[in-house]
Amino acid sequence: MKKWYRTIRTALHALRRNVMRSILTTLGIIIGVAAVIAMMEIGRGSSDAIQNTITSMGANNLLIMPGTAASGGVSFGAGSAMTMTPEDCDAILRDCPLVRAGAPVVRARTQVVYAGRNWVPMYIYGTTPQFLDVRDWTALAEGEPFTERDVRNGSKVCLLGQTLVRELFQNESPIGKEIRVKNVAFRVVGTLARKGANMMGMDQDDILLAPWTTIKYRVSGSSASTANQSASSASGSGVNSLNALYPSASVSLYPAPSDTQAADTPLPVRFANVDQIMVAAQSSEASAGAVKQITGLLRERHRIRADEPEDFTVRDMTEMTKALSSTTLLMTNLLLCVAMISLVVGGVGIMNIMLVSVTERTREIGLRMAVGARGRDILRQFLVEAVLLCLAGGAFGIGLGRLTSYLVHSLLHWPTALSLTAIVAAVAVSASVGIVFGFYPAWKASRLDPIEALRYE
Amino acid sequence: MNLIELKDIFKTYHMGEVDVPVLKGISLTVEAGELVALMGASGSGKTTLMNILGCLDHSTSGLYRLDGEDISGLTPDGRALIRNQKIGFVFQSFNLLPRTSALDNVIMPLTYTAADISDREARQRATELLQRVGLGDRLHHDPAQLSGGQQQRVAIARSMINRPKLLFADEPTGNLDTHTSKEVLEMFQKLNRDEGITIILVTHDTGVARHAKRVVRISDGLIEAGAVLPAAGENDGPKGGAP
Repeated sequence: MKKWYRTIRTALHALRRNVMRSILTTLGIIIGVAAVIAMMEIGRGSSDAIQNTITSMGANNLLIMPGTAASGGVSFGAGSAMTMTPEDCDAILRDCPLVRAGAPVVRARTQVVYAGRNWVPMYIYGTTPQFLDVRDWTALAEGEPFTERDVRNGSKVCLLGQTLVRELFQNESPIGKEIRVKNVAFRVVGTLARKGANMMGMDQDDILLAPWTTIKYRVSGSSASTANQSASSASGSGVNSLNALYPSASVSLYPAPSDTQAADTPLPVRFANVDQIMVAAQSSEASAGAVKQITGLLRERHRIRADEPEDFTVRDMTEMTKALSSTTLLMTNLLLCVAMISLVVGGVGIMNIMLVSVTERTREIGLRMAVGARGRDILRQFLVEAVLLCLAGGAFGIGLGRLTSYLVHSLLHWPTALSLTAIVAAVAVSASVGIVFGFYPAWKASRLDPIEALRYE
Repeated sequence: MNLIELKDIFKTYHMGEVDVPVLKGISLTVEAGELVALMGASGSGKTTLMNILGCLDHSTSGLYRLDGEDISGLTPDGRALIRNQKIGFVFQSFNLLPRTSALDNVIMPLTYTAADISDREARQRATELLQRVGLGDRLHHDPAQLSGGQQQRVAIARSMINRPKLLFADEPTGNLDTHTSKEVLEMFQKLNRDEGITIILVTHDTGVARHAKRVVRISDGLIEAGAVLPAAGENDGPKGGAP
């Protein structure tokens, strides 16, 4: 112990004897480590920003669809089973810790009318306010989202996507206006921010969002067909004059109950099914775990035995997740390359100066050997000198790197993120650079012959 | 008792394919407490002999006993230990560490000492030694701030820090003027007399050799004169006939 203490003191002393050279030598490592830290922090910031962007495209989204229903050998295709309920969504939010947000979705496809213009939006989604959170869409262009209370009440309120706003309102503000969806009047409470096309090229702004209760019970009526319901029967409210000519399929077989009868025998609350549940996992890495949790939970809730197939499917955005992880990997590797190069350059600088130092101090080495230093004592001393230089360089480098990234953050407003791994790695790497690049000169010094070293001019 | 005992020491250097014999069978004894001058012209082998005596080098063949211990077959590390414990060196060119205070220069060899000496003890020992060589008021001076004679005295203090039994001085006055040379040589005599340290002065200068009790002359790899201690009564003057 004492030996190490003495060695370190001797090394410090030797470094102090040539302060300027020590500083210049360390400069290589300082700049190297500072570059590593700054690059890692700026890179982490950029990488985080890129990840956020990709995540907002829905990389961490999961789509839970009901399975297929079949009757007499005729399959009705995916999503036709009527077993998915809004309660499933509540249960997922409650019992799956890897799920950040989730919303049930009821789809409809029908005509939307305002004043003299009409449009059939690509998506009419009945959902809950959490849908915006799931899709990273919480920033509205105008107005406010509808509330949970609107969902409970089945309020006739809606949010419009930018395409719909353009088609129906042109330059007007739609807030507070009433639009008609299949003859149901909806008040526009807000407009969504522009999101653009998704990865398949579908316009995501061609959307109308309303409480799922309203869409389910007032607009769509039946489960979810993606058929254009405006073309088939309009409801029996009689505003459409063609109703009389082409009566809808609903034929009343029984006499309508009177008000008293209706009050006396309330219909049981109808089992409400939804077309899909959209869920956001905590992160894109967590989505695989979230799929597992959701599958387990829903199998239990739907009372599916172990040997039976599921009556639902959970889909994740594998393509996007892949893009995300490959982007992150690329960034990390790129930064690692830059870091390695700058540290190797710094290390070569250290080796160079240590070699010069060994040559210059040959007589000193000879003297130390003459008074009893063994080869390994000399080796240790020079190694400790190199490592001390590198560690000091590492310490200053961390400070400088943090300062640089802070300046970049505050002056250029680039995103940066503190990277503890970078700091730990920088210290470890600078110490090992010291050992690796200090070893050759130290070894050379330890192999000197004391007689020749003492005579060295 | 014989501190140094050499028997048939040969040393041959290999220069490519040619063998160059430098020492051709040296036998020599030095008793503890002697002050011996080792003289010879350059190329005579005196430096090689000193390197072997000082455990810096090993002989090709022959027996070397130092302090009763056979050290002719030691490894380099073993020789380093012997140098550290039993031998002190004073060089012609002082070899002080630059930009290092006299005190730290004197303490330096203790870094490689196995014995457990506390820092305070080390400083105290070094201070005493510097006072003894007359530099008590220059403990914190750098070598650059000291004169040649003072530097050599620091070097002498340094060679004494491990309390060696044997002190080698290789042309200790070669870089000094006559006056300071005399001072330094008197310092050696004093150390020899008061402390009983065995001192071997390596020199080609008869004026320096005159300060020794015995002169060993070496020429062409063989000892010409002074291989054994002269009989009592004769040791008050240099032996070997200085001109």
